[in-house]
Amino acid sequence: MALLSKKDTNLILDPLADNNPITIQVLGICSALAITAELKASVVMALSVIFVLGVGNVVISFMRNMIPNKIRIIVQLIVVATLVIIVDQVLKAFAYELSKTLSVFVGLIITNCIIMGRFEAFALGNGPWKAFLDGIGNALGYGVILIIVGFFRELLGSGTLFGFKVLGDPVTKTGLYATGYENNGFMIIPPAALIVVGIIIWLQRSKNRALIEEN
Amino acid sequence: MSRDKRLTFKKRLHIIKHKMRGKKMAPAFNAFHTFLFSPDETTHNGSHVRGADDLKRTMNTVIMSLIPILVFSMFNTGYQHFAAIDAAAGVSRELSLFGNFFTGENFWLGLKLILPIVIVSYGVGLLIEFIFAVIKGHEVEEGYLVTGMLVPLIVPVDTPLWMLAVAVVFGVVIGKEVFGGTGMNILNPALTIRAFLFFAYPTWMSGDKVWVHQGMERTGTPDAISGETILGYLAQNNSIDEVYSVSDMFFGFIPGSIGETSAFLCLLGGLFLVFSKIASWRIMVSAVIGALAMGLIFNGVADAGIITESSNFYGLMSFDFWKHLIVGGLAFGIVFMATDPVTGSQTNKGKWIYGFLIGFISVMIRVFNPAYPEGVFLAILLMNVFAPTIDHYVIRGNVRRRMKRMKHARIYTPAAAKEELKAETV
Repeated sequence: MALLSKKDTNLILDPLADNNPITIQVLGICSALAITAELKASVVMALSVIFVLGVGNVVISFMRNMIPNKIRIIVQLIVVATLVIIVDQVLKAFAYELSKTLSVFVGLIITNCIIMGRFEAFALGNGPWKAFLDGIGNALGYGVILIIVGFFRELLGSGTLFGFKVLGDPVTKTGLYATGYENNGFMIIPPAALIVVGIIIWLQRSKNRALIEEN
Repeated sequence: MSRDKRLTFKKRLHIIKHKMRGKKMAPAFNAFHTFLFSPDETTHNGSHVRGADDLKRTMNTVIMSLIPILVFSMFNTGYQHFAAIDAAAGVSRELSLFGNFFTGENFWLGLKLILPIVIVSYGVGLLIEFIFAVIKGHEVEEGYLVTGMLVPLIVPVDTPLWMLAVAVVFGVVIGKEVFGGTGMNILNPALTIRAFLFFAYPTWMSGDKVWVHQGMERTGTPDAISGETILGYLAQNNSIDEVYSVSDMFFGFIPGSIGETSAFLCLLGGLFLVFSKIASWRIMVSAVIGALAMGLIFNGVADAGIITESSNFYGLMSFDFWKHLIVGGLAFGIVFMATDPVTGSQTNKGKWIYGFLIGFISVMIRVFNPAYPEGVFLAILLMNVFAPTIDHYVIRGNVRRRMKRMKHARIYTPAAAKEELKAETV
C-alpha cells in the first residue's frame, strides 16, 4: 500500500481512538448532545462535518501562506461559513425534514471547536494532502462517537434505528413490547447523551490507561 | 482440618477467609463474612479513636428505623387497593384501624407486592457492588444496605420489576461507582434511582393510576380504579377537605409511593435517628423551617388575592402551609434522604443552609409544577450538588473571621503572626 504512508495512516486513525476529538479532547460536545437522539441525524451531522472539515482543511492549507496572521481567524470563519451554507442548502433541497430536525445545529457547525481547532492546529502548518487526511480523520473520530451515541439513544429511547421499529411496535405491543418492555424516555433528553459520552470516555480510559490525565 | 465437624460455623468461615486472602473473589466473600460476624481482625498499630459505631452499625440503625415504615406500607398498600375498588364500585368506606386497616388481607397483598421489590432492589444493587468490588479489588462497602431499603419505599407499588432493576443498575453505577463508591458519591443513590425512573418511565411514575395496585392494569376496563395523591388533587385545583382528614394524612392512610405516606412514622424514625446520633437534627429542623417558610409565603400570596381561584396554582398555593409537611414525600425525604451524611453538607452552619433550601425548594417545585407536584427528590438532588459549595463558603467564612481576629491579637510579633496566618489558611 503505497497510497498512504504510515504517517499518513496515523493522521486518519489517531483521531478515531487515542486522540478522539470528543472523548479525549472533549471538543464539539454541544452538537453531540443536541442531535444524537436519532441515528439518522447523527449520521447526517457526521457526514456534514466530514465534508466541511475535509474540504475546509484543504482550502486553508492552500491559502496558508497567503493569509495574513492577524486576520486568519476571520478567513477561517469565512471558509467554514461558506462550506456550512453549502451543506445547509443541500440538506434543505434534498432532505428537508431532516434539515428541520437538525435545525440550527447545521449552522452551528461553524462554531464547532473541532473545525476551528484543526484549521488552527494543523491546516495552517501542513500541506493540502496531509491537511485533508487530518480533516477526514478528525471528522471521522467525531462522527464515530456521534453514531455510537445516536445508536444507543435511538435504540433505547425510541426503540427504532434509522426510524425502523427494530424492537417491535410500542402501540400495538408487538416484538419486545409484548413482554412489557417500554422505551426509556430518559434517553431522549440531552443529558442522556452526556451520560453516554461519559460512559464511552470511561470505557476507553479503562482500556487504555495511558489516556488517563494526571491531576 | 476445616472438615472437622466440631468446628463452629464461625470458625470455619474464618479459616476459609484466611485461605481466600489475596484471591480475586476475596472481597465478595469478606462482605458475606462481615455481614454475619464481626471481623476477627484487630488493629495492628495504635488505635486512637474507639467507637462502637462502624459503618455497618450506622447502616443497620437506619434500616431499623425504616422497618416500621415498611411494615406499615404493606398494610397501606392493601388498604388503598381495596379502598379504591370500593370507591369505584360506589361503596362508601370508613377507615377503622383494626376493622379494615390492620387486617391480614391487606398485609398479605402488600407483602406479595412489596417483597419482590425489596428483593430486586437488594439483589441487583448488591450484585453491582460485588462486581465492582471484585474488579477493583476493594472490600464491599456497606453503603448499599440503606439505599436498597430506601428504594422500595420511594417507588409506586406497581413499578415493573425490570424497570426497577434497570434503574438500580443506573443509580449504583452512574450515581455511585463512577465517583469511587460508597462515601465518594455526589448524589444520593436512592434518589438517583428515583429520578431515573421518573424521567425514563414517566407513565409509571406519575398520574392518578400508579399509586394503587392494579391502577394501571385496569385502565380502560369497567373495573378501572384510581388513587390520586393529595398533591395531585390539589394540582387540579380540587379541595381535599372532604376526601382525606388531617389525621389520615398525618398517619399515612393515603395513596402515594410505597413508604412515603406516613408522616407519623417518618417522625418516629427521625427521632430515633436523632437520638441515636446517626442523622443530623440540624438538617431536619431547618428543612421543616424552609418548607414552612415557603408555604407561608404562598399562603400569603393566595390570601392577599394576588392569585385567584381561577389560577392553576390556587389549589396548591392556598393549601395550609403546615400541611405540606404531612403530604407527599416531604417528611420521608427530610428524615431519610436529606440527612444522608455523604451527600449532605458537613459543616454545622452549612447544614442549616442546606436543610432550609431543601424544604424551601421542595415546596416551591410542588406548587409551581402542577404537572408534577412532587418536587422533594429534585430539591434534594439539587442541594446534593450544592452541598460542597455551601461547605466551601462556610469554611472560607470561618477562616476569614478567625484571620480578622488574629489581626487584632497583639500577643505575637508581626512576623510570628504572619506565619500563623499562613498556617491557618493552608
